[in-house]
Amino acid sequence: MGTTTTTVPSAGPFAGSRSFLFRLREGDEIARLLTFLFAASVVLITVLLVYELWQGSALPRHQFGFSFFRTSAWDPVFDQFGALPFIYGTLVTSAVALLIAVPLGIGAAIFLAELAPLRLSDTLEFFIDLLAAVPSVIYGLLGIFIVVPLMRQVIQPQLKHYLGFLPLFKGPAFGLGFLTAGVVLAIMIIPYIISVSREILLSVPRDQREAALALGATRWESTWKVVVPFARTGISGSIFLALARALGETMAVTMVIGNTPIISASLLSPGDSIASVIASQFKEATGELYTQSLIELGLVLFLLTFILNGLARIMIVVTSKRGTGMVHV
Amino acid sequence: MKRIAGILLIGLGLASFFLAEATLSITGAGATFPYPMYSKWFDEYHKKNPSVEINYQSIGSGGGIRQVTEGTVDFGASDGPMSDEQLKAYQDKHGFGILHFPTVLGAVVPTYNIPGVTAFLNFTPEALAGIYLGKVTKWNDALIAGANEGVNLPADDIIVVHRAESSGTTYVWTDFLSKVSEEWKTKVGKGTAVKWPVGLGGQGNEGVTGTVKNTSDSIGYVELIYAESNKIPYGNVKNAAGVFVKASLAGVTAAAAAKAMPDDFRVSITNAPGKDAYPISSFTWLLIPEKFSDTAKRDALRGFVSWMLADGQNYAEALSYARLPQEVVAKEKKALSKIQ
Repeated sequence: MGTTTTTVPSAGPFAGSRSFLFRLREGDEIARLLTFLFAASVVLITVLLVYELWQGSALPRHQFGFSFFRTSAWDPVFDQFGALPFIYGTLVTSAVALLIAVPLGIGAAIFLAELAPLRLSDTLEFFIDLLAAVPSVIYGLLGIFIVVPLMRQVIQPQLKHYLGFLPLFKGPAFGLGFLTAGVVLAIMIIPYIISVSREILLSVPRDQREAALALGATRWESTWKVVVPFARTGISGSIFLALARALGETMAVTMVIGNTPIISASLLSPGDSIASVIASQFKEATGELYTQSLIELGLVLFLLTFILNGLARIMIVVTSKRGTGMVHV
Repeated sequence: MKRIAGILLIGLGLASFFLAEATLSITGAGATFPYPMYSKWFDEYHKKNPSVEINYQSIGSGGGIRQVTEGTVDFGASDGPMSDEQLKAYQDKHGFGILHFPTVLGAVVPTYNIPGVTAFLNFTPEALAGIYLGKVTKWNDALIAGANEGVNLPADDIIVVHRAESSGTTYVWTDFLSKVSEEWKTKVGKGTAVKWPVGLGGQGNEGVTGTVKNTSDSIGYVELIYAESNKIPYGNVKNAAGVFVKASLAGVTAAAAAKAMPDDFRVSITNAPGKDAYPISSFTWLLIPEKFSDTAKRDALRGFVSWMLADGQNYAEALSYARLPQEVVAKEKKALSKIQ
């Protein structure tokens, strides 16, 4: 919305000196109107989406009210619906995915942008872009055939053996569950983080690096203490883009999460996510309350994305106030 | 030359217009389970009656019921009969009712993966309900072992697998469990999706099969046609007459014949009487409105249903669907006149 309002006023230096007709003939006015319409359509689609989800979920909103967010029953037979296990599953899988993907992704981006020879960097970038374009159902299949057996036979037994005293790694090792879904999501979002972060790092001005080196910093010090903080805002942006994809991912998650709406502290436990339950149950859902509850879940996912996006923006504003590009020693 | 071309073009246009007019297009939507059967039927019927073209979208039973109630398709299809409330909703909206026409039958079978066990296991209804309720937790539980003498069952935990998405398969499975277990009926109930007391969810028949294959000591349920076409071993289930029956197309038809058919065809045939009856089977239905404003469509649909009941049934076995028993066919032929 911010972008539309800033593009609307045409108070350029020539705004007064040229007539409307002249500008129309020159194409400026047409371009302005057209692009304004395109920008406005984004707002329109968002509003329409919320309106439809709101309208479509009237029944459960009246019947359950706020308890929809607090209860964990999901029982289509007895018409009891609560969103809590799905919200939990969405947040946990996304958190696991970010925990794995952020250090890996940013590390790889730093290597590609700062340390690798340009030719190698460009070649790798080609593969990363390729990975980002792979459809999520392919990642789901990869999850079923490779990640799930690996988890069940190797990783989860090891985790239980060494870290089994933690509540995070209790319970039987099915192979399916929060952890597996998080790992598959991480594989999916790493290319996003690498690709965007690399571009951001490459766009850091040369003199920032040169100044640091001139002050006697080593190459790594200049990278870690000057370049990365300078690019902090952009890197956060790449993480939020990745988070958005993780929150809304449907196919890959539903194939490996175990599809059981339970809240468990154990990452080995099967669970379910909002996007996954909508995709798997909407098609055959019968009964108004059931269908509308699924639509309300859609609204919840929208809200969740909205809130996390808002928090992310606030975080960027707060951190950049401390001064991007300043060296913290 | 130009004039001749023009006349030809006009003639061609008119011809295509009349040809298009002559083909009657009927749309339907609903159940995914009988989709291979329906698409074969609609194709064959179109070959025999080029003037009728039936388009079917397999969007799921729930979607089929919704769309036919909203009137966006000419007929629906469902793996479970419409509930009384759904029938009432239809009646209220249109001022007339909707009819159920059984087309073929399907069955659901228990499949399992226990290392070291190669014999086909026998399952009593009590054992299946106990396992899915989470009360029978070990493979060597007396409820399972009692029906499988001579099989060396391990003392390992049973891992239960069910369908993740809502499906007609789950409806039939839970309908059976509701009939054989009072506790299941009151705690879980029947539906296309239920609140599972235990277990993991797999996406579709292939998801359940994949999870069962990959997980030791697991049990799941899949459609008979899926198990047959993918050569998946499955267990025998004890029927109401006390006989352990291996699911077969004949056993399913026997179950359908054993149950008295009500006039509206809305009948559940799980746990049917008769010693040959396979207990976890079900009809799948076409949902056809009682009244059509377009008489051509009405006649075409009537024509299709009567062909489906006669010649159409012969295609069923090749596609691993069980055919309708003769009694049901005769009854449905009579019911055709209800479509006005």
